[in-house]
Amino acid sequence: MNTDNTNTEKIKVPTMAEYMAQGKKPEVLFWVGCAGSFDDRAKKITKAFIKLLTKAKVDYAVLGTEESCTGDPAKRSGNEFLFQMQAAMNIEVLNGYEVKKIVTACPHCFNTIKNEYPELGGNYEVVHHTQFLKGLMEEGRLRVEGGKFKGKRITFHDPCYLGRANDEYEAPRDLLRKLEVELLEMRKCKSQGLCCGAGGGQMFKEPEKGNKDVNVLRTEQALETKPEAIAAGCPFCNTMMTDGVKNKNKENEVEVLDVAEMIAQAQDL
Amino acid sequence: MAILGQILFFIALVLGVGFFTLNIKKLIRNIKLGKAVDCNDRKSERFKQMAKVALGQSKMVVRPIAGVLHIIVYVGFIIINIEVIEIIIDGLFGTHRVLSFMGCFYNFLIGTFEILALLVFVGVVVFWLRRNALKIKRFWANEMKGWPKDDANYILYFEMVLMGLFLLMNAADYELQLSGAAHYAQQDGSIVGAFPVSQYISPLLAGLSESSLILVERSAWWLHILGILFFLNYLYYSKHLHILLAFPNTYLAKLQPKGEMDNLESVKQEVALMMDPNADPFAAPSGDDETAEPEKFGASDVFDLNQVQLLNAYTCTECGRCTSECPANQTGKKLSPRKIMMDTRDRLQEVSKQIDAKKDPKEDGKQLLDDYITREELWACTTCNACVQACPIGIDPLSIILDMRRYLVMEQSAAPNELNVAMGNIENNGAPWPYNQMDRLNWADEN
Repeated sequence: MNTDNTNTEKIKVPTMAEYMAQGKKPEVLFWVGCAGSFDDRAKKITKAFIKLLTKAKVDYAVLGTEESCTGDPAKRSGNEFLFQMQAAMNIEVLNGYEVKKIVTACPHCFNTIKNEYPELGGNYEVVHHTQFLKGLMEEGRLRVEGGKFKGKRITFHDPCYLGRANDEYEAPRDLLRKLEVELLEMRKCKSQGLCCGAGGGQMFKEPEKGNKDVNVLRTEQALETKPEAIAAGCPFCNTMMTDGVKNKNKENEVEVLDVAEMIAQAQDL
Repeated sequence: MAILGQILFFIALVLGVGFFTLNIKKLIRNIKLGKAVDCNDRKSERFKQMAKVALGQSKMVVRPIAGVLHIIVYVGFIIINIEVIEIIIDGLFGTHRVLSFMGCFYNFLIGTFEILALLVFVGVVVFWLRRNALKIKRFWANEMKGWPKDDANYILYFEMVLMGLFLLMNAADYELQLSGAAHYAQQDGSIVGAFPVSQYISPLLAGLSESSLILVERSAWWLHILGILFFLNYLYYSKHLHILLAFPNTYLAKLQPKGEMDNLESVKQEVALMMDPNADPFAAPSGDDETAEPEKFGASDVFDLNQVQLLNAYTCTECGRCTSECPANQTGKKLSPRKIMMDTRDRLQEVSKQIDAKKDPKEDGKQLLDDYITREELWACTTCNACVQACPIGIDPLSIILDMRRYLVMEQSAAPNELNVAMGNIENNGAPWPYNQMDRLNWADEN
C-alpha cells in the first residue's frame, strides 16, 4: 500500500482567531496536539483528518499558534506544577473563545482535556476523532466505505488513553468495519490491550533496562494476526508501532495507519 | 467434665476474637497514618461497584480457570461459615447439632456444606498444584521469594486441613449416630444431618469403639474450631486479609475514568496565585500558623500516601495479575505493580512496629522510596492502567507510582535527564520537542 497522498491540493485551515475576527464560532475546535503539529508522521494524520472534516463540511477551526501542550507528559512524569500551568493557560485561551466542543486525534490530549481540565475550570465536550468521525458517518455527513481496504486483513491497536483510560473500544472498530476490512483481534486487545510503550513520558526517554522494548513486544502480538496493516488511533502509538514493524524488518509488508488516514485513503482524498 | 469443655471453649473464643479485634484496631490505626480522602460521594455507585466486583467476583472470571476455582472456594467459605454458628452454640452450651430442629432443611444444609467442603478441598488442591507443580509464572516472580511464597502455601494447607477436619468430624458423628451412642443418636434412631461426602469416610472408622469414635469426633470438632480461630488471627499477618478488605476496597475504589489523575490541591493554590495578576509576590503567607511547613508534594513514604492507597496495600493478596499484564514487567524491567503494593504494606508494617515500640517512625532513617521502591521501578511505568484494570479487587498501584514520581520531580528535581529536557521544552515553547510555538500551524502550509 502507498501512504503518499499525491492528491494534496491545499486546504485553508481556519483558526479561532480568524473566526473571532469575523464574529463567528465554529461547530467544533480541532485540537491538533504537539505530535499532530510537529511530528512528520503525525502531521499526515492531521492532514487526513482535515480532509475528512472538509469533505463532511464540518465547520471547524484550530487554535494554531495559540495552542500549547496540554501538560499530559508533564503530569504523568510527576511535574504537576508544569501540568497545571499549561492547563491554566490553555483553559484561559479556550474559555476566551467560548469553546464548547473539542475534537482531537490524540488520546492523550483527549483524556487530559476531557477528564482533568474540568476541575481546573475547563468544561468542554471532548471527543476523540474516531468518535467524531463515527458521529459524522451516522449523521450521514461522511461516507465511510471499503475502497482499497475492502477485505484487507487489519488489526487495531487500542491506545491505552482511549481504551482502558476512557472505555472507548468500539468507535474505531465500527469505522474499520464500515471500511469492510477483515478485522483481526490481537491476543491482547481492548481492556487487556498491551501498551505501545510511549505513555507516561516514556516517549521522551530511553526505556529502563530490560530484555525487550515494549513496542517490539506489542508489534510481535500485532504481527501474529498476519495483518496487511496495523490500524492505530494515537500518534504516539503510531510512531511506536512503526518503529516496531521496522525492527521486525516488515516495513515493506505491513503499514501502520491511523483510522482517519484509512478512511481518507479509501476515498482517494 | 462437659462443663469444663464449655468453659475452655468460651475462653478460646474470647481469646481468638479478642486478639483479632486488637489487630483490626491496629490495622485501622495504621491506615489512618495516611491522608484522609473524602469518599462520601456517589454512594449508590460505590455499593454497586462493591456488589459487582467483590460480592459478584466479576473481575475474577477474566481468567476463567483461576476465576471459577476461586468462586467455588469463596462460596464454600461463606456458606460453610453458617455451620460455624452451630459449632459455636454447641460449644458454648454443650448441645449436639442444635440447629437440627429445622429438620429436612437442616439435612439439606449439612449436605450442602459437605459437598461444598469437598469442592473447596479440591479447589485448594488445584490452587496448590498451580503454584507448586505447574509453577505458573506470576507465582514465581522475584518478589514472591521467601515469606510471600510460604504464606500462600500455608493458607492452602490450612484450608485443606480445615475442610478435612470438618468432614472427619461429620464422619465420626454419623458413625456414632448409627451405633446409637448417647448424646449423638436421636431417641427414635433417626439420623440428624445428611452426609453425602463423609458417609464414604465413615466406613474407615467402622472398627473403632464408641469411646475412640467420640475421641475422633471431639478432636476433629475442637481442631476445626480452634483452627478457624487461629486462621482468623493469621489474617493480619498474611496476604489473606483480602477476604475481609476486598469489600471496603472495592467500595472506595476510584469511580472516575481510569485515565483521570487527581489534580494536586496544593499545586492548585500555587498556580492560582501565579496566575492572579493582583497577587502580591512579596506578601507574607496568609495562613494563621506562619511556622507551618509548606505541604510536601508527592510521596516518599507511607505517611504521604492517602488512606485508600494504604488500604489497597493491606488488601492485596499478591495474585500477580497486575504484574503479568504490566508492559514494563513483561519486557524484563524491574517494575512490578504487585511489588509496589507489597513494599507499601511492608513499610507500613515496619512503621506499625515502631509505633508499638513507642518510637517515632519518621526518625528511623528509612522510607518507602529507595529503601523499598527504587527509582528505576518508578520510571519504567507507562501509566497504561493495565495493572489497575487487571486487579480483581480494585487496587490502584499506578496512583502510588505517580505520587512517588511527583515527589521525585517536584521535591527533588530528580527526573531522568531526557524527561527534564522534554519538560523544559513544554515550559519554554509549549511542546515536548524543541519547536517554536509560532510554528505550530506550519503543517497546514506543507505538502
